Amino acid sequence: MSATTFGWLVVGFPLLGSIVIALGHRAWPGKVAGLIGTAAIGAAFLSSLGAFAALLDQPIEERQLTSALWDYGSAVGLDINLGILVDPLAVVMCLVVTGVSTLIHLYSVAYMGSDRGYARFFSYLNFFVFSMLLLILAGNFVLLIVGWAFVGFASYALISFWYRRETATKAGMKAFVINVVGDIGLVLAAFLIFRELGTFDYLTVFEEARSQFDTNDGTVVAICLLLLVGAFAKSAQIPFHTWLPDAMEGPTPVSALIHAATMVTAGVYLIARAHPLFELAPTAADIAAFVGLATLIVAATIALVVTDLKRIIAYSTMSQIGYMIVGVSIGAYTAGIFHLMTHAFFKALLFMAAGSVIAAMAGRQNIDGMSGFRRAMPFTSLVLIVGALALAGFPGMSGFFSKDEILVFAAERGGMYWIFAIGGYAAAFLTAFYAFRIGFRVVTGEPCDEARELERGHLVHGEHSNPATGEKEDTEVGFPGPEHHIAERAFPMRVAMGALAVLSIIGGVIQIPGVSAGMEHFLEGTFEESELFHIVPSEGSAYLGLLAGGAMAIAGIALAYLLYVRRPGATLGLRDRARGVHDFLFNRWFFDELIDAVIYRPAIRTGRFANEVVERVVVDGIVNATTGAVREVGVLVRGAQSGFVRAYALLLLGGFAALALYFLVVSS
Amino acid sequence: MAIEWYLVLSALLFSVGAGGVLVRRSPLVVLLCLELMLNAGSLALISFSRSIGNEDGHVFALVVMVVAACEVVVGLGLIVAMFRRRLPLNIDEMRELRG
Repeated sequence: MSATTFGWLVVGFPLLGSIVIALGHRAWPGKVAGLIGTAAIGAAFLSSLGAFAALLDQPIEERQLTSALWDYGSAVGLDINLGILVDPLAVVMCLVVTGVSTLIHLYSVAYMGSDRGYARFFSYLNFFVFSMLLLILAGNFVLLIVGWAFVGFASYALISFWYRRETATKAGMKAFVINVVGDIGLVLAAFLIFRELGTFDYLTVFEEARSQFDTNDGTVVAICLLLLVGAFAKSAQIPFHTWLPDAMEGPTPVSALIHAATMVTAGVYLIARAHPLFELAPTAADIAAFVGLATLIVAATIALVVTDLKRIIAYSTMSQIGYMIVGVSIGAYTAGIFHLMTHAFFKALLFMAAGSVIAAMAGRQNIDGMSGFRRAMPFTSLVLIVGALALAGFPGMSGFFSKDEILVFAAERGGMYWIFAIGGYAAAFLTAFYAFRIGFRVVTGEPCDEARELERGHLVHGEHSNPATGEKEDTEVGFPGPEHHIAERAFPMRVAMGALAVLSIIGGVIQIPGVSAGMEHFLEGTFEESELFHIVPSEGSAYLGLLAGGAMAIAGIALAYLLYVRRPGATLGLRDRARGVHDFLFNRWFFDELIDAVIYRPAIRTGRFANEVVERVVVDGIVNATTGAVREVGVLVRGAQSGFVRAYALLLLGGFAALALYFLVVSS
Repeated sequence: MAIEWYLVLSALLFSVGAGGVLVRRSPLVVLLCLELMLNAGSLALISFSRSIGNEDGHVFALVVMVVAACEVVVGLGLIVAMFRRRLPLNIDEMRELRG
């Protein structure tokens, strides 16, 4: 089979799974819905492997294959079809998305086991994977927008999955609204592309753009900036990032799949996909890189002080996506996509471990109450530490190679780009510190009550309540189910976490400076015409970078060890001494308040003005004046309407007689 | 015969009808008088048609008869409805349209 056939299968299986589960959502007994969902995504993964193998058979210049099922619109100058583009970039993304999704589905089979919305959950989850794959494989901007919007909807549906929780529904709306702002940017960019180049098809657009635009032409910069609005909203970059931490209201597998491993990397993919445009608009690319840098530093500092376990990981996700955005924006495409892949592994792993810990804590998420789980949950503790090591970029782990490759590339380009290397290494230190803030606080120390209970063999079942507000809840549909599931006991969860842990450790081997360059060789099929792609840092500087990165990671871990293991409680003193800084970070740099003040409140005020002045005075005034005038005239002529039929008849006859007389007089 | 006599007859019929519509209160008689007025119109049409010598007026007269038939159906229906609801058969007392 050709690569494109496999491409269609990749999209088709999750869609089929979603429909099958949804149609039978009342009928599927037990865990059948979960198994169907997992099997559908597993089949998509196998198809991705098939596409990968089929592409490898092609010579490098012929690895961009397109296929279209039918035309949506084909008229003068318009060509929109349901077409896919199967090229190395898309296939790498498909492999990452379907691979990680399969494992997360497997994890969810057990984790969501007692939830009353089990089948609904898997139907949504499969639909999400379908949308994401559509986004990735789309062969033109129209289909990209379709996938982009589907993904936004799936994210909304899954964040608000526990729909009786008010915090969850609000978080869903917030995510959706911010994502729609991004969609608008993307749609406007597509309009502009069509106006300038007359086509939506990727390959034609890129080819035309190269011949039509000069470097930094105003139009192409505008197109790229609009694309960036979409990318930033989806990838939670400043200033569109505030939805991601709130999205943690969704079930933990959702956080792992959508808000860590796959959907939020769509922005990175978009920039990589549209790299010919961004290379024609270096200004826009630099803006993107600076936004990425700002996000990665801001998010890393917030992650130092937040106390909600899932939100720490969420800020870490923002920060890591900042690295990827920097990477693909400065031209380190291989490194950016490579980091996207390794990040998907270790961040999904961290979320899964966090889900296991949260279950052991009977649903509570505040890390202040957690400690000493190493004996109660040895397996979870192990994978949590593995995930934290990979996130910190500990030498030898996957995150070590991918993160440094971005930063070394930045240094290699030199000049202004040194800023990214310096900022990136500084944030790497913070990353290592907060990664082990989680690691040490959860795993080491005196066991907390829940950990003790678990050591004695039973899981604590506290009262069911909302972890954010503490409100009491029941366990019917719309709220989390009654049973908690931890990885120590549920086999599917262990398999999923074990597989991801192995990948987090060895995932880096495909791209080690001077040893292997698998990712780079494969991606060449997409990026061969890019000049930046062919800049490869020398081996010496690459190893110098790895050394610096390793040192940062170890220093961060050491500091965390000092503060959380050797002298527990030291951070409390630190917090009291630097209240101002702590509060500033704890309130997330007041971004929510800033958006509130700059956008929300003026919008409300404009609305109120429109209501009180425009609507009540101007519009109502015009309407009331009209009706008033009609009423006054009516009062005047009302007398003529006597109701006597004979009077009307007389008027009629009299009128005609008068008319006839008039014409007689005039004509004679 | 000269056309004037037909027209005089038509005018007379029309006046009788109009007068009846204006002075009578019984809806049935008003309806009858309306028919007179319509027929006066038809008579005038046919007279003109004969005097000019083409057939258009006849066609119009036929149409007027059809309209008259329809009008009688509706009018008589109304009167029957009024009668069955025991409303007074006096058009001066039906004044609900007064403004």
